[in-house]
Amino acid sequence: MRAYLLRRLWQSAVTLVGVSILVFVILRVVPGDPAKMLLPEGAPPSAVEELNRHLGLREPLWVQYEIFLRSVVRGDFGQSFQYRAPALRVVIERVPATIALAVAAMALTVVVGVSLGVLTAVRQGTPWDYGGTVLAVLGQSLPNFWLGIMLVLLFGVTLRWLPTSGFGGWASLVLPSVTLAAFPTALVARLTRASLLEILGQEYIRTGRAKGLGERRVVLRHALRNATIPLLTVLGLQIGTLLGGAVITESIFAWPGMGKLVVDAIFFRDFPVVQTILILSATIFVVINLLVDLLYTVLDPRIRYG
Amino acid sequence: MRRLPRHPMIVVGGLILIAIVAASAAAPWLAPADPVKPSFAQRLTPPRGLGGAAAHPLGTDNLGRDILARVLYGGRLSLALAAGAVVLAGGVGVVLGLLAGLAGGRVDDLLMRLADVQLAFPVIMLAIAIVAVVGTSPAALVGVLAVSGWVLYARTVRAAVLTIRETEYVEAARTLGAGNVRLVTRHILPNTLAPILVLCSSQFATMVLLESGLSFLGLGLQPPQPSWGLMLAEGRDYLSNAWWLATMPGIAISLVVLGANLLGDGLRDLLDPRLRD
Repeated sequence: MRAYLLRRLWQSAVTLVGVSILVFVILRVVPGDPAKMLLPEGAPPSAVEELNRHLGLREPLWVQYEIFLRSVVRGDFGQSFQYRAPALRVVIERVPATIALAVAAMALTVVVGVSLGVLTAVRQGTPWDYGGTVLAVLGQSLPNFWLGIMLVLLFGVTLRWLPTSGFGGWASLVLPSVTLAAFPTALVARLTRASLLEILGQEYIRTGRAKGLGERRVVLRHALRNATIPLLTVLGLQIGTLLGGAVITESIFAWPGMGKLVVDAIFFRDFPVVQTILILSATIFVVINLLVDLLYTVLDPRIRYG
Repeated sequence: MRRLPRHPMIVVGGLILIAIVAASAAAPWLAPADPVKPSFAQRLTPPRGLGGAAAHPLGTDNLGRDILARVLYGGRLSLALAAGAVVLAGGVGVVLGLLAGLAGGRVDDLLMRLADVQLAFPVIMLAIAIVAVVGTSPAALVGVLAVSGWVLYARTVRAAVLTIRETEYVEAARTLGAGNVRLVTRHILPNTLAPILVLCSSQFATMVLLESGLSFLGLGLQPPQPSWGLMLAEGRDYLSNAWWLATMPGIAISLVVLGANLLGDGLRDLLDPRLRD
């Protein structure tokens, strides 16, 4: 257990170092001359050279990477070109909006996905099952940017029930979170159905039924509990889907979170902001999945790790 | 082939895909008008049956361009990019997966850590960051899509190699003096084909989604090229008075993704009976 813990911690640390290297290579090494981007157009070559030297860009690559890593660890991600403020601060200001959206979408995913999965599993082979399965297949096939636009068309433009853009109050959270949750909800519904069906065929369930437990108690207390354990890993991995989906969802609904910020930053070539968001979202993903793995060992005592 | 009728998902998914690919390929003959040339007299005419003209079955957009023509021509580019990305990502992924599985040791460690690192990023975030650097030419886009896709192939092939490597028939072949190349091409690779095929199908859906997502954000194919994602983005501004602009390309994308997902699920059931639920 202890050895497993240490190994997972070590793996996560290595992954994060890899994340920093990848970001460094994509955004620092490839795009050419950052000094030219920082200076006004038409700056004399001597000034460009001067700034390059000042920024350490004439050093060997591994020295540059060391400088980069040191400043990232200190929380210094550079200055945003667009906002003329520290990039980390610019990004942090947008984090609450994205978290609100991700939490709402995750709640929808769990509640709707698991309910749909249970419903289709216990009513296997009935129209409920077919209907639910069709819904899940659709949820996995509709592109979220199109779903978002169609929801705007229906509930915003035609029915005028819900606000379609911006960040203000509960009502404005509805359409973006439904858009973001559609794909993971469908995935969770299908997985819940599959793993519940497998468990419902096992001996201890038959024992439970044989000793006269109600069907509701058998399914919810005994089967679902064990079916949710593998779901946990999938939900952890869906953090990535949510953070990525936020890029498109936030752009559709003008939601002032990290996803919209990264798209805007790309258009402004505001690389410090882009690199901050990349590193931050990868870190969130790695940390949450580490926690999920640790939680797993607590929840499922059958699993022994060497 | 005789087992096909028992797998309706393969039949339905395959037919949807074939229909859309064929329609896109035949765009020059099927399209009722030029997909790019504006015609301001015909702006925003609704689809036929909803007050529109017979000349434009799916209506026209804000520049008077025929939407059916744009959906058909847009499909050519989107589908070609996605197919190119699947082939490239599959090729690179399979080779690296074989390498990791067979070489083991440090090569394996390095490749699998690289995979972990890449999977830590949301796919679309990494893709837009790379696009910002390499640009939005079709070749660059295929590269970006392929970079996003190789990991899954590599992991799948590696896992398959690790199992197959230990089987008795590989041991037997080795004892009979088969060299590494022969082992891989004759004994190992053919047995990894099933999971690769399944992955290709579902990845085709993912690639179509990723490419249209990029184009939707303005970071993919550039106007005036007709592209499904781009058409959706343009149609957003006309939701209140011309809903068909954003609706039609969305239906096209959804159908392709649905078809590829069904085909992938069906193939998985057909080729790997253990995964049947």
